[in-house]
Amino acid sequence: MIFLLSQKVLDITKYIELVFTDYTLRTITLGTAILGAITGMLGSFAVLRKQSLLGDAISHAALPGIAIAFLITGAKDTNTLLVGALVSGLIGTFWIKSIVTKTHLKSDTALGLILSVFFGFGMLLLTFIQKQPNANQAGLDKYLFGQAATLVESDVWMMAIVTGLCLIVMLTFWKEFKILLFDADYTKTLGFNTRTIDVLITVFIVIAIVLGLQTVGVVLMSAMLLAPAAAARQWTNSLATMVFLAAIFGAFSGVFGTAISASQNNLSTGPVIVLVASVFVGFSFIFSPSRGLLFKQIRVIKNRRDLELHKTLAFMYHIAETHENISHPHTIKILNNFQGYTKNTLSKLVDKGYVELNGKMWSLTQDGFKTASNLYNQQNEINE
Amino acid sequence: MNSAQLEIQLIASIVAVACAIPGTFLVLRKMAMISDAISHAILPGIVIGFFITQDLNSPVLILLAALTGIITVVLVEYIQKTGLVKEDTAIGLVFPALFSIGVILIAKNANDIHLDVDAVLLGELAFAPFDRLLIGGTDVGPKSLWVVGSILLVTITLLILFFKELKVSTFDKGLAASLGFSPAVIHYGLMSVSSITTVGAFDAVGAILVVALMIAPAASAYLLTTDLKKMLALAISFGIFSAIFGYWVAHWLDASIAGSITTVLGLVFLLVYLFAPTKGIIAVMYREKQQQTEVSLLTFLLHLKNHDEIEERHVNHLYEHINWQKIRAKSVLDLAQKNNMILIENNIVSLTQKGDEFTSKAIDYIMTNEDAQIEDMKADFFLFRG
Repeated sequence: MIFLLSQKVLDITKYIELVFTDYTLRTITLGTAILGAITGMLGSFAVLRKQSLLGDAISHAALPGIAIAFLITGAKDTNTLLVGALVSGLIGTFWIKSIVTKTHLKSDTALGLILSVFFGFGMLLLTFIQKQPNANQAGLDKYLFGQAATLVESDVWMMAIVTGLCLIVMLTFWKEFKILLFDADYTKTLGFNTRTIDVLITVFIVIAIVLGLQTVGVVLMSAMLLAPAAAARQWTNSLATMVFLAAIFGAFSGVFGTAISASQNNLSTGPVIVLVASVFVGFSFIFSPSRGLLFKQIRVIKNRRDLELHKTLAFMYHIAETHENISHPHTIKILNNFQGYTKNTLSKLVDKGYVELNGKMWSLTQDGFKTASNLYNQQNEINE
Repeated sequence: MNSAQLEIQLIASIVAVACAIPGTFLVLRKMAMISDAISHAILPGIVIGFFITQDLNSPVLILLAALTGIITVVLVEYIQKTGLVKEDTAIGLVFPALFSIGVILIAKNANDIHLDVDAVLLGELAFAPFDRLLIGGTDVGPKSLWVVGSILLVTITLLILFFKELKVSTFDKGLAASLGFSPAVIHYGLMSVSSITTVGAFDAVGAILVVALMIAPAASAYLLTTDLKKMLALAISFGIFSAIFGYWVAHWLDASIAGSITTVLGLVFLLVYLFAPTKGIIAVMYREKQQQTEVSLLTFLLHLKNHDEIEERHVNHLYEHINWQKIRAKSVLDLAQKNNMILIENNIVSLTQKGDEFTSKAIDYIMTNEDAQIEDMKADFFLFRG
């Protein structure tokens, strides 16, 4: 067991060494990390604006752009194809917006429609290109699921530059982004041009998605946008912290995903990165201290216990009230028919110093009487 | 046209109809994206089912995969209920994770599985006629024709049996519950039918294009009618038309049949979106412009009613006073004159009796009633619209 463990540690150190020395692995790791960071960052805005599925629609809508860019230029240069993807992603996005504002179709219908129709059109073009005589077309279908292995250094530079640009713009317009996110009407009354800010955010989301197409592919790209942001949301209520955390989660999903897929044969990077990001989400859902399911459940149980305690105390208070001396002892038996009462609650009340036990008799202390009467008053106030 | 071509078109049409029926209800219930989630999330179900049965058309596989679809729906609803993330984020988190598992399963077992990722996305409609169903040694047709045929039969039977319940629960959940139809049963019934249809259609048109077949015909139909039966009929006809026309486009381009069916669906929607008589984009923009002019007209009439002074009612003064451009002012004046609301004498504008009456009534309506009622009043008074 220990031997196996040390073997594992050795493997991991070896892998880390490899990341720094091996060109391909270094490029891919760096590329997926940057990609995760930028999508996590911009994804936070998408999630908070309730546009989570917009990312799904945009990434699918980018496919025909790639095919058309190839048909027009005949070149397989990544940047040309991504410009095509950007244009068709933007067309898809604005068509969705126009369907929602101009017709009575709802946003889910608009999203699903544009997503599937654009994707279908893209597949039509891809299959059409595959049947063409020139042999240059092979490899376009890597944009479906992404192939991180095809990343080269210039792609990583490109991602880094775009990320830097996004960061600069985001910091410059931080205030505007933030206020639009939480109170769009107020933003308008302050005299900001909400439409411009809105378009700016949307364009950046589209850019982030397009950047990821080569690595993760059109089908799974939306998860890269959502998962880090959804995970980060669980840990904080501050926008700045959330964006920062989402970037970290995204970057780690990229690094871990690359490591896992590199360690095995036949494991494409895109789906693995998505799964790692999903694990982050699951972990955050359960273990986040303030919102997580685990601590929420613990709080529920604790509240229920407190309530039972208070119920018992209130019942005792009603009995004690009828006597001149509040510490007049009563038998435990009279509590038996009361549903909040258990031996446990009684001993807890004793621990808190609200009640004194004397053989089979109990009596309220001064402290307990005061607490119970406050409890009672508060309840009355709420009822009033 | 040979028999294989005929069979492909028949299968495509049946898939289109089978998808259009649940799709209509999904669109009306604002759950269109659920179909996207289901179509992705059934992939691991299909792969695991394939390991067990070794046959893509086996009923066991279809049920198993459909079960995955229902699990997805339950999972999405569970995450929504925790309130940790917004509703749509829950959908967006669940299906990529399940789809990734499916893709990884396929990739890891590439050697023992005759499923490849292209088939997952696009289906293999072109090969459907080669996989025949043999009963007692006789050829009774392609297997997938029987599969999608029986799914369609079940869907239509359920639709006819529960049409009333579906209709009531779609448009008025509260009423449906008070009439004693359990919303949960109808909801999960619809989800099950959608899942089974998606799995059945998956083989023919692939994961993502199922979504197009469900949503696009229904969305197009919704822009043309508000009657549920008509909407269903229209969605079905759009589906069949796109299936057959799409097949011939693919034949001509020598490209993917599923992709071309979707493209035709998209074109159908684009045409409807542009030209639908009352809800199309052109009609909407025309109406918006009309209303703009009519509101201007009303403002103008109110101005006239408030001012008796001659200098306030001079035509040239209007351009400056209400701050309208010349063309706009002229079109408003023309409209008012055509409707006999005003008289122009020596460039001085005055209200006619009809104009006066309309204006008083309009003030009344604006003060006391909802905005919508002014449309009826316009219909009473206007001979020509803006």
